[in-house]
Amino acid sequence: MININEVSETNEMIEKENLDVRTITMGISLLDCIDSDNEKVKKNIYDKIYNYAANLVKTGKEIEKEFGIPIVNKRISVTPISLIGAASCKTTSDFVDLALVLDNVAKDVGVNFIGGYSALVSKGMTPAEELLIKSIPEALSKTDRVCSSINLGSTKTGINMDAVKLMGEIIKETAEKTKESDSLGCAKLVVFCNAPDDNPFMAGAFHGVTEADCIINVGVSGPGVVKTALEKVRGENFEVLCETIKKTAFKVTRVGQLVAKEASERLNVPFGIVDLSLAPTPAIGDSVADILCEIGLEYAGAPGTTAALALLNDQVKKGGVMASSYVGGLSGAFIPVSEDQGMINAVEAGALTLEKLEAMTCVCSVGLDMIAIPGDTRATTISGIIADELAIGMVNQKTTAVRIIPVVGKDVGDTVEFGGLLGHAPIMPVNMFSCDAFINRGGRIPAPIHSFKN
Amino acid sequence: MKKTIITVVGRDGVGIIAKICTYLANNNINIEDISQTITGGFFNMMMITDMNQSQKNIGDISDELAQIGEEIGVVIKCQREEIFDSMHRI
Repeated sequence: MININEVSETNEMIEKENLDVRTITMGISLLDCIDSDNEKVKKNIYDKIYNYAANLVKTGKEIEKEFGIPIVNKRISVTPISLIGAASCKTTSDFVDLALVLDNVAKDVGVNFIGGYSALVSKGMTPAEELLIKSIPEALSKTDRVCSSINLGSTKTGINMDAVKLMGEIIKETAEKTKESDSLGCAKLVVFCNAPDDNPFMAGAFHGVTEADCIINVGVSGPGVVKTALEKVRGENFEVLCETIKKTAFKVTRVGQLVAKEASERLNVPFGIVDLSLAPTPAIGDSVADILCEIGLEYAGAPGTTAALALLNDQVKKGGVMASSYVGGLSGAFIPVSEDQGMINAVEAGALTLEKLEAMTCVCSVGLDMIAIPGDTRATTISGIIADELAIGMVNQKTTAVRIIPVVGKDVGDTVEFGGLLGHAPIMPVNMFSCDAFINRGGRIPAPIHSFKN
Repeated sequence: MKKTIITVVGRDGVGIIAKICTYLANNNINIEDISQTITGGFFNMMMITDMNQSQKNIGDISDELAQIGEEIGVVIKCQREEIFDSMHRI
């Protein structure tokens, strides 16, 4: 039988160490909403999402109350809209209309984000996919809750450099169109290499075509719990350090698994996966960077950071995999800058640069995340940063991503405030040497040799 | 049968258990186990209860117990046992 110490331990994790379930994300297939008439598509999309998700928020709140565990976000991911609108959208504004429907239904069912304004163009773009990409700046400036993600490369296909070039321009345009709110639109836009079909985390969540009609995916969190556990083993060797992380990750993930199963049962929707990511928030004590410091670094970014992050990421997976029946999504430590107070401190202290962050993304999920850069950064430079990050994903057979915000009117030394979970960030300097000729070549980078496994 | 864990944390004082047990009795909730510690005047109690005979659902009971806790200056939480089981038992 459960004893008082175990109960106290769990409740201290929740009350003092920010243990929570970061998100319950309902994935909904919209493939059966396709029609040649865009008005019908709009109605079909609204009705299908509403029918499935009407009780999502209510159920989430009931679970929170009964188990005493906060569930921070309730969200929805849908089939990439480039597929759903391919037969009916003839202009960018037709696609924007679909984004507005997504925004409306998200507000009506009460979720805070809906992901899937997406296109998967890792090898080539159809006319519809190109139209959707070109509609992103307007779609994100006219909606509040819609998130957009574009898969630009994969280990199997190589990197679509035409799309990489286009996305550099689209990110700039999105920043310009949302400049009144510190280019917030770019915080809802992410580009991927090897994007997973079952990711519950925004902005990159979409419901892949390999998925069932409707599923529940859950993202756990708990950087504060890991940090507190490590405080108790200060000075111990790596074996003790790694065992401690593993055991803690197991406990955290078990809570995620419980919530996922419970939500799936109550909503009568199959359980998909638990995503094992350590996801920080700007709250004090909820930071991945603080774990790196606890492991023994003065700041995140100091020499040793990549190794510390690699072991952290690996131990989280080893502990988490045992705790859940199905693991998926991104599953690893997130290292966003604006959403992690320890990362912000490291940037402000001059310990953490864009280049070090890039190195860190080689050993963790996901990529360059929530990084504010000067608004006058050139589109080709952004494309170059994207290409570098995607190359890491392609060659290492892992997911990588870029969510970068060229904040219009701001420069190095300024700070930008996004609010809420998105946090605030100092503008980081970017290497200003040109890569124009590289980006302007056009075409695609072939798949790497180790992708040919047949 | 679903079990529920009630925890009470706060400064020690007269009548804490009495107040909570009265509420539980009035709502047909059976107490199966109680353990408590007091360290430095700090009161920490855990009860394992069976709410299957109660007319109210766990959400309402949780709210009402939290309200009683506020009145007597302690924090009362009411959670389903599964969250502790899943975390501490394989």
